[in-house]
Amino acid sequence: MSNTAESLLRNWIVEQAPEQATWVDGSLDALAQGAPDRDLYIFLGYAPRKLGKADLNLTDDDLADANAAKPGWSPKGWSIDGAARVLALLTATSNRPFAERFKDLRRTSDVSEMIALYRGLPLYPDPETMDFEVGEGLRSNIRAVFEAIAHHNPFPRDNFDEHRWNHMILKALFVGSTLAPIVGLRDRANPELARILVDYAQERWAAGRPVTDELWISVRPFKDDPAIADQLSEAVGKGYLNKEVLL
Amino acid sequence: MMYIDPHAHMISRTTDDYEAMAAAGVVALIEPAFWVGQPRTYVGTYVDYLSSIVGWERFRASQFGIRHYCTVGLNSKEANNEELAEGVMEWLPRFALKEGVVAIGEIGYDEQTPLEDKYFRLQLSLAKELNLPVMVHTPHRDKKRGTSKSMDVCEEMGMDPSMVIIDHNNEETVAETLQRGYWAGFSIYPSTKMGNVRMVELLKQYGGERIIVDSACDWGISDCLGVAKTAHLALQSGIPEETVRKVCYQNALDAYGQSGQMNEQDWLNPAPIDQRTLYEGNSILRGGREPKIEAPGERRAGQLLIE
Repeated sequence: MSNTAESLLRNWIVEQAPEQATWVDGSLDALAQGAPDRDLYIFLGYAPRKLGKADLNLTDDDLADANAAKPGWSPKGWSIDGAARVLALLTATSNRPFAERFKDLRRTSDVSEMIALYRGLPLYPDPETMDFEVGEGLRSNIRAVFEAIAHHNPFPRDNFDEHRWNHMILKALFVGSTLAPIVGLRDRANPELARILVDYAQERWAAGRPVTDELWISVRPFKDDPAIADQLSEAVGKGYLNKEVLL
Repeated sequence: MMYIDPHAHMISRTTDDYEAMAAAGVVALIEPAFWVGQPRTYVGTYVDYLSSIVGWERFRASQFGIRHYCTVGLNSKEANNEELAEGVMEWLPRFALKEGVVAIGEIGYDEQTPLEDKYFRLQLSLAKELNLPVMVHTPHRDKKRGTSKSMDVCEEMGMDPSMVIIDHNNEETVAETLQRGYWAGFSIYPSTKMGNVRMVELLKQYGGERIIVDSACDWGISDCLGVAKTAHLALQSGIPEETVRKVCYQNALDAYGQSGQMNEQDWLNPAPIDQRTLYEGNSILRGGREPKIEAPGERRAGQLLIE
Protein backbone atom coordinates (compact mmCIF):
# COMPACT_ATOMS: atom_id res chain seq x y z
CA MET A 1 0.00 0.00 0.00
CA SER A 2 1.36 3.37 -0.85
CA ASN A 3 1.70 6.12 1.70
CA THR A 4 0.25 9.59 1.47
CA ALA A 5 2.55 12.59 1.81
CA GLU A 6 0.73 13.41 5.06
CA SER A 7 1.37 10.01 6.63
CA LEU A 8 5.02 10.07 5.56
CA LEU A 9 5.57 13.51 7.05
CA ARG A 10 3.82 12.58 10.27
CA ASN A 11 5.89 9.41 10.68
CA TRP A 12 9.21 11.08 9.95
CA ILE A 13 8.47 13.85 12.46
CA VAL A 14 7.33 11.53 15.22
CA GLU A 15 10.17 9.04 14.69
CA GLN A 16 12.68 11.85 15.04
CA ALA A 17 10.98 13.58 17.99
CA PRO A 18 9.09 10.78 19.78
CA GLU A 19 8.80 12.86 22.96
CA GLN A 20 6.60 15.32 21.05
CA ALA A 21 4.34 12.68 19.52
CA THR A 22 1.42 13.53 21.80
CA TRP A 23 1.68 17.21 21.03
CA VAL A 24 2.02 16.65 17.29
CA ASP A 25 -0.83 14.15 17.00
CA GLY A 26 -3.10 16.03 19.39
CA SER A 27 -2.60 19.32 17.55
CA LEU A 28 -3.08 17.73 14.14
CA ASP A 29 -6.28 16.01 15.24
CA ALA A 30 -7.67 19.30 16.49
CA LEU A 31 -6.70 21.06 13.26
CA ALA A 32 -8.28 18.27 11.21
CA GLN A 33 -11.50 18.72 13.15
CA GLY A 34 -11.72 22.41 12.35
CA ALA A 35 -9.86 24.14 15.19
CA PRO A 36 -9.79 27.95 14.80
CA ASP A 37 -7.05 29.64 12.73
CA ARG A 38 -5.46 30.88 15.94
CA ASP A 39 -4.56 27.27 16.82
CA LEU A 40 -2.85 26.87 13.47
CA TYR A 41 -0.82 30.07 14.05
CA ILE A 42 0.23 28.80 17.46
CA PHE A 43 1.18 25.37 16.12
CA LEU A 44 3.28 27.02 13.40
CA GLY A 45 4.96 29.24 16.00
CA TYR A 46 5.70 26.38 18.37
CA ALA A 47 6.95 23.94 15.74
CA PRO A 48 10.67 24.90 15.93
CA ARG A 49 10.44 25.47 19.70
CA LYS A 50 9.09 21.97 20.34
CA LEU A 51 10.73 20.00 17.56
CA GLY A 52 13.99 21.86 16.97
CA LYS A 53 15.29 22.78 13.55
CA ALA A 54 17.38 19.74 12.59
CA ASP A 55 17.18 18.28 9.12
CA LEU A 56 14.85 15.32 8.71
CA ASN A 57 16.90 12.11 8.86
CA LEU A 58 15.78 10.54 5.62
CA THR A 59 17.01 7.27 4.17
CA ASP A 60 17.01 6.40 0.49
CA ASP A 61 13.88 4.37 1.14
CA ASP A 62 12.18 7.41 2.65
CA LEU A 63 13.05 9.46 -0.40
CA ALA A 64 11.71 6.68 -2.64
CA ASP A 65 8.46 6.66 -0.62
CA ALA A 66 8.20 10.42 -1.09
CA ASN A 67 8.66 10.10 -4.82
CA ALA A 68 6.03 7.35 -4.92
CA ALA A 69 3.55 9.46 -2.95
CA LYS A 70 4.06 12.52 -5.19
CA PRO A 71 6.13 12.01 -8.31
CA GLY A 72 9.10 14.34 -8.25
CA TRP A 73 8.71 15.35 -4.61
CA SER A 74 11.99 15.27 -2.70
CA PRO A 75 11.97 16.24 0.98
CA LYS A 76 15.78 16.15 1.00
CA GLY A 77 17.03 19.07 3.06
CA TRP A 78 13.66 19.65 4.75
CA SER A 79 13.89 20.52 8.44
CA ILE A 80 11.71 18.85 11.03
CA ASP A 81 9.90 22.07 11.95
CA GLY A 82 9.35 22.90 8.29
CA ALA A 83 7.88 19.46 7.71
CA ALA A 84 5.55 19.93 10.67
CA ARG A 85 4.42 23.31 9.36
CA VAL A 86 3.58 21.92 5.94
CA LEU A 87 1.82 18.98 7.51
CA ALA A 88 -0.28 21.28 9.70
CA LEU A 89 -1.31 23.34 6.70
CA LEU A 90 -2.27 20.18 4.80
CA THR A 91 -4.19 18.83 7.75
CA ALA A 92 -6.13 21.89 8.92
CA THR A 93 -9.63 22.09 7.53
CA SER A 94 -11.18 25.36 6.51
CA ASN A 95 -13.90 26.61 4.21
CA ARG A 96 -11.60 29.28 2.76
CA PRO A 97 -9.81 28.55 -0.53
CA PHE A 98 -6.35 27.09 0.00
CA ALA A 99 -4.48 29.87 -1.80
CA GLU A 100 -6.14 32.47 0.42
CA ARG A 101 -5.06 30.64 3.56
CA PHE A 102 -1.56 30.28 2.19
CA LYS A 103 -1.42 34.01 1.50
CA ASP A 104 -2.53 34.81 5.01
CA LEU A 105 0.34 32.75 6.44
CA ARG A 106 2.92 33.87 3.91
CA ARG A 107 2.31 37.57 4.60
CA THR A 108 3.36 37.28 8.21
CA SER A 109 5.93 34.49 7.98
CA ASP A 110 9.47 34.57 9.26
CA VAL A 111 12.20 33.37 6.92
CA SER A 112 12.22 29.68 7.91
CA GLU A 113 8.45 29.60 7.84
CA MET A 114 8.35 31.08 4.36
CA ILE A 115 10.91 28.56 3.14
CA ALA A 116 8.82 25.71 4.59
CA LEU A 117 5.59 27.06 3.08
CA TYR A 118 7.08 27.19 -0.40
CA ARG A 119 8.82 23.84 -0.13
CA GLY A 120 5.40 22.31 0.43
CA LEU A 121 4.10 23.47 -2.97
CA PRO A 122 4.02 20.04 -4.66
CA LEU A 123 1.77 18.74 -1.89
CA TYR A 124 -0.94 21.41 -1.87
CA PRO A 125 -4.41 21.16 -3.40
CA ASP A 126 -5.51 23.28 -6.38
CA PRO A 127 -2.04 24.13 -7.75
CA GLU A 128 -3.62 26.24 -10.50
CA THR A 129 -4.81 28.74 -7.85
CA MET A 130 -1.31 29.30 -6.48
CA ASP A 131 -0.10 31.40 -9.38
CA PHE A 132 0.09 34.73 -7.53
CA GLU A 133 1.58 33.23 -4.39
CA VAL A 134 4.29 31.44 -6.32
CA GLY A 135 5.07 34.68 -8.16
CA GLU A 136 5.54 36.46 -4.83
CA GLY A 137 7.98 33.78 -3.70
CA LEU A 138 9.96 33.90 -6.93
CA ARG A 139 10.23 37.68 -6.64
CA SER A 140 11.60 37.38 -3.10
CA ASN A 141 14.92 38.96 -2.44
CA ILE A 142 15.76 36.19 0.00
CA ARG A 143 17.65 33.62 -2.01
CA ALA A 144 16.65 30.70 0.18
CA VAL A 145 12.97 31.52 -0.39
CA PHE A 146 13.49 31.61 -4.13
CA GLU A 147 15.36 28.31 -3.90
CA ALA A 148 12.54 26.74 -1.88
CA ILE A 149 10.52 26.99 -5.08
CA ALA A 150 13.28 26.50 -7.65
CA HIS A 151 15.30 23.66 -6.13
CA HIS A 152 14.32 20.03 -5.51
CA ASN A 153 10.75 20.99 -6.24
CA PRO A 154 8.70 19.54 -9.11
CA PHE A 155 6.11 22.32 -8.90
CA PRO A 156 7.75 24.61 -11.48
CA ARG A 157 8.24 21.78 -13.97
CA ASP A 158 4.65 20.67 -13.61
CA ASN A 159 2.93 24.03 -13.38
CA PHE A 160 4.92 26.92 -14.81
CA ASP A 161 4.24 28.31 -18.25
CA GLU A 162 7.25 28.90 -20.45
CA HIS A 163 7.65 32.57 -19.56
CA ARG A 164 7.73 31.94 -15.83
CA TRP A 165 9.99 28.92 -16.24
CA ASN A 166 12.49 30.90 -18.28
CA HIS A 167 12.55 33.78 -15.83
CA MET A 168 13.09 31.43 -12.92
CA ILE A 169 16.19 30.04 -14.65
CA LEU A 170 17.45 33.54 -15.38
CA LYS A 171 16.85 34.73 -11.84
CA ALA A 172 18.72 31.70 -10.48
CA LEU A 173 21.72 32.85 -12.49
CA PHE A 174 21.35 36.48 -11.44
CA VAL A 175 21.19 35.75 -7.73
CA GLY A 176 24.22 33.45 -7.85
CA SER A 177 22.17 30.31 -7.26
CA THR A 178 22.72 26.96 -8.99
CA LEU A 179 20.74 25.33 -11.79
CA ALA A 180 21.53 21.65 -11.24
CA PRO A 181 18.98 21.20 -8.39
CA ILE A 182 16.14 22.51 -10.59
CA VAL A 183 13.74 19.64 -11.32
CA GLY A 184 13.02 19.34 -15.04
CA LEU A 185 15.93 21.44 -16.25
CA ARG A 186 16.38 19.20 -19.31
CA ASP A 187 12.70 18.46 -19.95
CA ARG A 188 11.71 22.10 -19.98
CA ALA A 189 14.53 23.40 -22.19
CA ASN A 190 13.09 25.53 -24.99
CA PRO A 191 14.40 27.65 -27.87
CA GLU A 192 13.36 30.95 -26.28
CA LEU A 193 15.26 30.10 -23.09
CA ALA A 194 18.30 29.08 -25.12
CA ARG A 195 18.22 32.46 -26.88
CA ILE A 196 17.88 34.39 -23.60
CA LEU A 197 20.71 32.43 -22.01
CA VAL A 198 23.08 33.00 -24.93
CA ASP A 199 22.33 36.74 -24.74
CA TYR A 200 22.97 36.62 -21.03
CA ALA A 201 26.30 34.81 -21.57
CA GLN A 202 27.32 37.36 -24.17
CA GLU A 203 26.57 40.21 -21.79
CA ARG A 204 28.73 38.54 -19.15
CA TRP A 205 31.63 37.97 -21.52
CA ALA A 206 31.47 41.59 -22.65
CA ALA A 207 31.70 42.70 -19.00
CA GLY A 208 34.60 40.34 -18.31
CA ARG A 209 32.53 38.28 -15.89
CA PRO A 210 32.52 34.48 -15.65
CA VAL A 211 29.69 32.36 -17.07
CA THR A 212 28.64 29.17 -15.29
CA ASP A 213 28.85 25.95 -17.28
CA GLU A 214 25.47 24.91 -15.89
CA LEU A 215 23.83 27.31 -18.26
CA TRP A 216 24.63 25.16 -21.31
CA ILE A 217 22.34 22.34 -20.15
CA SER A 218 19.38 24.37 -21.37
CA VAL A 219 21.18 25.62 -24.49
CA ARG A 220 22.67 22.37 -25.80
CA PRO A 221 19.52 20.91 -27.42
CA PHE A 222 19.18 24.08 -29.52
CA LYS A 223 22.81 24.78 -30.29
CA ASP A 224 22.20 24.49 -34.03
CA ASP A 225 19.15 26.74 -33.98
CA PRO A 226 19.84 29.57 -36.46
CA ALA A 227 18.79 32.10 -33.78
CA ILE A 228 21.87 31.34 -31.69
CA ALA A 229 24.24 29.24 -33.79
CA ASP A 230 26.23 32.22 -35.08
CA GLN A 231 26.60 33.77 -31.62
CA LEU A 232 27.89 30.47 -30.29
CA SER A 233 30.51 29.97 -33.01
CA GLU A 234 31.65 33.55 -32.55
CA ALA A 235 32.08 32.95 -28.82
CA VAL A 236 34.06 29.81 -29.51
CA GLY A 237 36.18 31.74 -32.04
CA LYS A 238 36.94 34.47 -29.50
CA GLY A 239 37.90 31.88 -26.92
CA TYR A 240 35.05 32.76 -24.50
CA LEU A 241 33.43 29.39 -24.91
CA ASN A 242 34.90 25.91 -24.94
CA LYS A 243 33.30 23.88 -27.69
CA GLU A 244 33.19 20.81 -25.45
CA VAL A 245 30.50 22.21 -23.18
CA LEU A 246 28.04 22.24 -26.07
CA LEU A 247 28.47 18.53 -26.84
CA MET B 1 36.22 40.11 21.62
CA MET B 2 32.71 39.37 20.30
CA TYR B 3 29.99 41.98 20.72
CA ILE B 4 26.22 42.02 20.69
CA ASP B 5 24.38 45.22 19.86
CA PRO B 6 21.02 44.62 21.56
CA HIS B 7 19.36 47.74 20.13
CA ALA B 8 19.97 48.60 16.48
CA HIS B 9 17.38 49.73 13.91
CA MET B 10 19.05 48.21 10.89
CA ILE B 11 16.05 48.81 8.64
CA SER B 12 17.26 52.45 8.61
CA ARG B 13 20.92 51.61 7.97
CA THR B 14 23.11 50.81 4.99
CA THR B 15 25.25 47.86 3.96
CA ASP B 16 28.33 49.94 4.88
CA ASP B 17 27.10 49.82 8.47
CA TYR B 18 26.64 46.08 8.41
CA GLU B 19 30.16 45.67 7.03
CA ALA B 20 31.63 47.99 9.65
CA MET B 21 29.77 46.26 12.48
CA ALA B 22 30.91 42.82 11.34
CA ALA B 23 34.49 44.07 10.99
CA ALA B 24 34.35 45.53 14.51
CA GLY B 25 33.34 42.19 16.00
CA VAL B 26 29.54 42.43 16.25
CA VAL B 27 28.26 38.86 15.93
CA ALA B 28 24.61 39.42 16.79
CA LEU B 29 22.17 42.29 17.13
CA ILE B 30 18.60 42.93 18.16
CA GLU B 31 16.30 45.11 16.10
CA PRO B 32 13.44 46.46 18.22
CA ALA B 33 10.21 47.41 16.48
CA PHE B 34 10.04 51.20 16.64
CA TRP B 35 8.81 54.46 15.17
CA VAL B 36 10.39 54.67 11.72
CA GLY B 37 10.64 58.46 11.80
CA GLN B 38 7.24 59.13 10.28
CA PRO B 39 3.89 57.85 11.47
CA ARG B 40 2.31 54.84 9.81
CA THR B 41 -1.26 55.67 8.85
CA TYR B 42 -2.47 52.17 7.99
CA VAL B 43 -2.35 49.02 10.08
CA GLY B 44 -1.16 47.22 6.95
CA THR B 45 2.05 49.22 6.73
CA TYR B 46 2.77 48.34 10.34
CA VAL B 47 2.14 44.65 9.64
CA ASP B 48 4.51 44.73 6.66
CA TYR B 49 7.10 46.46 8.82
CA LEU B 50 6.89 43.67 11.39
CA SER B 51 7.18 41.14 8.56
CA SER B 52 10.31 42.93 7.36
CA ILE B 53 12.07 42.72 10.69
CA VAL B 54 11.26 39.03 11.22
CA GLY B 55 12.13 38.21 7.61
CA TRP B 56 13.99 40.36 5.16
CA GLU B 57 16.16 42.27 7.62
CA ARG B 58 17.12 39.01 9.30
CA PHE B 59 18.29 37.66 5.97
CA ARG B 60 20.09 40.89 5.07
CA ALA B 61 22.11 40.81 8.31
CA SER B 62 23.00 37.15 7.74
CA GLN B 63 24.72 38.06 4.50
CA PHE B 64 27.22 40.06 6.51
CA GLY B 65 27.74 37.27 9.02
CA ILE B 66 25.65 38.95 11.72
CA ARG B 67 22.85 37.12 13.49
CA HIS B 68 19.71 39.22 13.60
CA TYR B 69 17.01 39.04 16.27
CA CYS B 70 14.14 41.39 16.86
CA THR B 71 11.49 42.51 19.28
CA VAL B 72 7.91 43.20 18.24
CA GLY B 73 5.60 45.76 19.74
CA LEU B 74 3.62 48.94 19.37
CA ASN B 75 5.89 51.89 20.16
CA SER B 76 4.76 54.64 22.48
CA LYS B 77 4.42 57.39 19.85
CA GLU B 78 2.10 55.38 17.62
CA ALA B 79 0.14 54.17 20.63
CA ASN B 80 -1.44 57.62 20.48
CA ASN B 81 -3.18 56.77 17.20
CA GLU B 82 -5.96 54.68 18.68
CA GLU B 83 -7.29 53.26 15.43
CA LEU B 84 -3.80 52.13 14.40
CA ALA B 85 -3.01 50.89 17.89
CA GLU B 86 -6.13 48.70 18.07
CA GLY B 87 -5.27 47.17 14.70
CA VAL B 88 -1.64 46.51 15.61
CA MET B 89 -2.66 44.89 18.90
CA GLU B 90 -4.75 42.37 16.95
CA TRP B 91 -1.75 41.36 14.85
CA LEU B 92 0.92 41.31 17.55
CA PRO B 93 0.19 37.81 18.89
CA ARG B 94 0.83 36.44 15.40
CA PHE B 95 4.31 37.95 15.39
CA ALA B 96 5.35 37.36 18.99
CA LEU B 97 6.14 33.68 18.41
CA LYS B 98 8.11 34.12 15.20
CA GLU B 99 11.60 32.73 15.07
CA GLY B 100 14.17 35.12 16.51
CA VAL B 101 11.67 37.32 18.37
CA VAL B 102 13.42 37.82 21.70
CA ALA B 103 11.08 40.27 23.46
CA ILE B 104 8.06 42.50 23.29
CA GLY B 105 9.40 45.98 22.69
CA GLU B 106 10.30 48.68 22.50
CA ILE B 107 7.28 49.78 24.46
CA GLY B 108 6.65 52.33 27.18
CA TYR B 109 6.08 56.05 27.33
CA ASP B 110 6.78 59.04 25.12
CA GLU B 111 4.51 61.90 26.28
CA GLN B 112 3.08 59.75 29.08
CA THR B 113 -0.51 59.96 27.81
CA PRO B 114 -3.43 57.73 28.86
CA LEU B 115 -3.34 55.92 25.51
CA GLU B 116 0.37 55.19 25.88
CA ASP B 117 -0.39 53.85 29.31
CA LYS B 118 -3.22 51.66 28.02
CA TYR B 119 -1.17 49.97 25.29
CA PHE B 120 1.92 49.65 27.47
CA ARG B 121 -0.14 47.65 29.95
CA LEU B 122 -1.82 45.53 27.28
CA GLN B 123 1.55 44.62 25.83
CA LEU B 124 2.99 43.77 29.23
CA SER B 125 0.10 41.33 29.62
CA LEU B 126 0.91 39.77 26.27
CA ALA B 127 4.58 39.40 27.24
CA LYS B 128 3.59 37.77 30.47
CA GLU B 129 1.18 35.39 28.77
CA LEU B 130 3.86 34.30 26.27
CA ASN B 131 6.69 34.36 28.82
CA LEU B 132 8.72 36.82 26.77
CA PRO B 133 11.14 39.47 28.04
CA VAL B 134 10.21 43.14 27.59
CA MET B 135 12.31 45.99 26.23
CA VAL B 136 11.14 49.28 27.74
CA HIS B 137 11.84 52.55 25.95
CA THR B 138 12.11 55.28 28.55
CA PRO B 139 10.97 58.78 27.55
CA HIS B 140 13.33 61.58 26.53
CA ARG B 141 11.25 64.23 28.28
CA ASP B 142 10.48 64.07 31.98
CA LYS B 143 12.82 61.11 31.89
CA LYS B 144 13.41 60.40 35.54
CA ARG B 145 9.75 60.31 36.50
CA GLY B 146 8.84 58.46 33.30
CA THR B 147 11.40 55.78 34.05
CA SER B 148 10.17 55.27 37.61
CA LYS B 149 6.60 55.11 36.36
CA SER B 150 7.54 52.53 33.71
CA MET B 151 8.90 50.27 36.42
CA ASP B 152 5.89 50.89 38.67
CA VAL B 153 3.58 49.77 35.88
CA CYS B 154 5.70 46.70 35.09
CA GLU B 155 5.34 45.65 38.70
CA GLU B 156 1.63 46.44 38.81
CA MET B 157 1.21 44.17 35.80
CA GLY B 158 3.08 41.39 37.58
CA MET B 159 6.26 41.42 35.54
CA ASP B 160 9.37 39.94 37.08
CA PRO B 161 12.08 42.66 36.86
CA SER B 162 14.58 40.06 35.64
CA MET B 163 12.46 39.75 32.48
CA VAL B 164 12.52 43.51 31.81
CA ILE B 165 15.23 45.60 30.18
CA ILE B 166 14.84 49.30 30.95
CA ASP B 167 16.60 51.00 28.07
CA HIS B 168 18.06 54.48 27.45
CA ASN B 169 19.19 54.95 31.05
CA ASN B 170 21.40 57.81 32.15
CA GLU B 171 23.22 58.94 35.31
CA GLU B 172 19.92 60.04 36.83
CA THR B 173 17.99 56.80 36.33
CA VAL B 174 20.54 54.01 36.64
CA ALA B 175 20.67 53.66 40.41
CA GLU B 176 16.93 53.12 40.76
CA THR B 177 16.77 50.76 37.75
CA LEU B 178 19.47 48.51 39.17
CA GLN B 179 18.27 48.74 42.72
CA ARG B 180 14.78 47.56 41.70
CA GLY B 181 16.29 44.49 40.01
CA TYR B 182 15.89 45.41 36.32
CA TRP B 183 18.42 45.14 33.52
CA ALA B 184 19.74 48.62 32.73
CA GLY B 185 20.30 49.40 29.05
CA PHE B 186 22.40 52.38 27.93
CA SER B 187 22.21 53.72 24.39
CA ILE B 188 25.47 55.19 23.19
CA TYR B 189 23.90 57.79 20.94
CA PRO B 190 25.47 61.18 20.23
CA SER B 191 23.87 64.38 21.60
CA THR B 192 20.54 63.05 22.89
CA LYS B 193 21.35 59.94 24.92
CA MET B 194 24.65 58.60 26.32
CA GLY B 195 28.23 59.34 25.35
CA ASN B 196 30.83 56.62 25.78
CA VAL B 197 33.11 58.67 28.04
CA ARG B 198 30.19 59.03 30.45
CA MET B 199 29.45 55.35 30.00
CA VAL B 200 32.96 54.40 31.06
CA GLU B 201 32.54 56.54 34.19
CA LEU B 202 29.32 54.66 34.98
CA LEU B 203 31.08 51.32 34.55
CA LYS B 204 33.72 52.47 37.02
CA GLN B 205 31.02 53.34 39.48
CA TYR B 206 28.55 50.49 38.97
CA GLY B 207 30.61 47.61 37.55
CA GLY B 208 29.09 45.27 35.00
CA GLU B 209 26.18 43.52 36.72
CA ARG B 210 22.92 43.80 34.72
CA ILE B 211 24.27 46.70 32.64
CA ILE B 212 23.82 46.47 28.88
CA VAL B 213 25.40 48.76 26.27
CA ASP B 214 23.68 49.32 22.92
CA SER B 215 23.95 51.76 20.01
CA ALA B 216 20.24 52.41 19.31
CA CYS B 217 21.45 53.43 15.84
CA ASP B 218 18.54 54.45 13.64
CA TRP B 219 17.57 57.05 11.01
CA GLY B 220 19.09 59.90 13.04
CA ILE B 221 22.74 60.85 13.43
CA SER B 222 23.90 57.85 15.39
CA ASP B 223 26.76 55.39 15.44
CA CYS B 224 26.36 51.72 14.57
CA LEU B 225 29.73 51.09 16.26
CA GLY B 226 28.50 52.40 19.62
CA VAL B 227 29.04 49.08 21.37
CA ALA B 228 32.45 48.30 19.87
CA LYS B 229 33.77 51.83 20.48
CA THR B 230 32.55 51.82 24.07
CA ALA B 231 34.25 48.47 24.65
CA HIS B 232 37.55 49.79 23.27
CA LEU B 233 37.36 52.97 25.30
CA ALA B 234 36.49 51.04 28.45
CA LEU B 235 39.45 48.69 28.00
CA GLN B 236 41.76 51.63 27.36
CA SER B 237 40.45 53.25 30.54
CA GLY B 238 41.35 50.21 32.62
CA ILE B 239 37.91 48.65 33.01
CA PRO B 240 38.46 44.90 33.54
CA GLU B 241 37.98 42.81 30.42
CA GLU B 242 35.41 40.66 32.19
CA THR B 243 33.24 43.72 32.89
CA VAL B 244 33.49 44.84 29.27
CA ARG B 245 32.54 41.38 28.07
CA LYS B 246 29.50 41.41 30.34
CA VAL B 247 28.13 44.78 29.30
CA CYS B 248 28.93 44.47 25.60
CA TYR B 249 28.03 40.80 25.11
CA GLN B 250 27.04 38.45 27.89
CA ASN B 251 24.36 40.44 29.72
CA ALA B 252 22.39 41.06 26.54
CA LEU B 253 22.59 37.35 25.77
CA ASP B 254 21.45 36.44 29.29
CA ALA B 255 18.59 38.94 29.33
CA TYR B 256 17.16 38.31 25.86
CA GLY B 257 18.18 34.64 25.86
CA GLN B 258 15.34 34.17 28.36
CA SER B 259 13.09 34.12 25.30
CA GLY B 260 14.63 30.79 24.28
CA GLN B 261 15.21 32.37 20.87
CA MET B 262 18.78 33.57 21.20
CA ASN B 263 21.62 31.18 21.84
CA GLU B 264 25.38 31.52 21.51
CA GLN B 265 25.36 28.40 19.35
CA ASP B 266 23.40 30.37 16.73
CA TRP B 267 26.63 32.10 15.71
CA LEU B 268 29.31 29.78 17.11
CA ASN B 269 27.83 26.59 15.72
CA PRO B 270 24.77 27.30 13.56
CA ALA B 271 22.34 24.50 12.66
CA PRO B 272 22.93 23.01 9.19
CA ILE B 273 19.63 24.39 7.92
CA ASP B 274 20.67 27.88 8.99
CA GLN B 275 24.04 27.50 7.37
CA ARG B 276 22.38 26.62 4.11
CA THR B 277 19.68 29.24 4.16
CA LEU B 278 20.21 31.98 6.67
CA TYR B 279 23.74 32.54 7.71
CA GLU B 280 26.81 33.22 5.67
CA GLY B 281 29.14 33.01 8.63
CA ASN B 282 31.22 35.71 10.24
CA SER B 283 34.76 36.24 8.99
CA ILE B 284 35.89 37.11 12.49
CA LEU B 285 34.52 33.89 13.93
CA ARG B 286 36.12 32.01 11.06
CA GLY B 287 39.41 33.56 12.15
CA GLY B 288 39.62 35.50 8.90
CA ARG B 289 40.38 38.89 10.34
CA GLU B 290 41.12 40.68 13.57
CA PRO B 291 38.21 42.84 14.74
CA LYS B 292 38.86 46.37 13.59
CA ILE B 293 37.06 49.65 14.07
CA GLU B 294 36.80 51.44 10.78
CA ALA B 295 34.25 54.06 9.81
CA PRO B 296 31.31 52.74 7.79
CA GLY B 297 32.20 53.00 4.12
CA GLU B 298 35.89 53.62 4.84
CA ARG B 299 37.13 50.80 2.69
CA ARG B 300 34.79 51.82 -0.06
CA ALA B 301 35.84 55.49 0.07
CA GLY B 302 39.46 54.50 -0.44
CA GLN B 303 38.58 52.53 -3.53
CA LEU B 304 38.19 54.39 -6.81
CA LEU B 305 37.35 51.32 -8.84
CA ILE B 306 33.83 49.89 -8.95
CA GLU B 307 33.70 46.42 -10.48
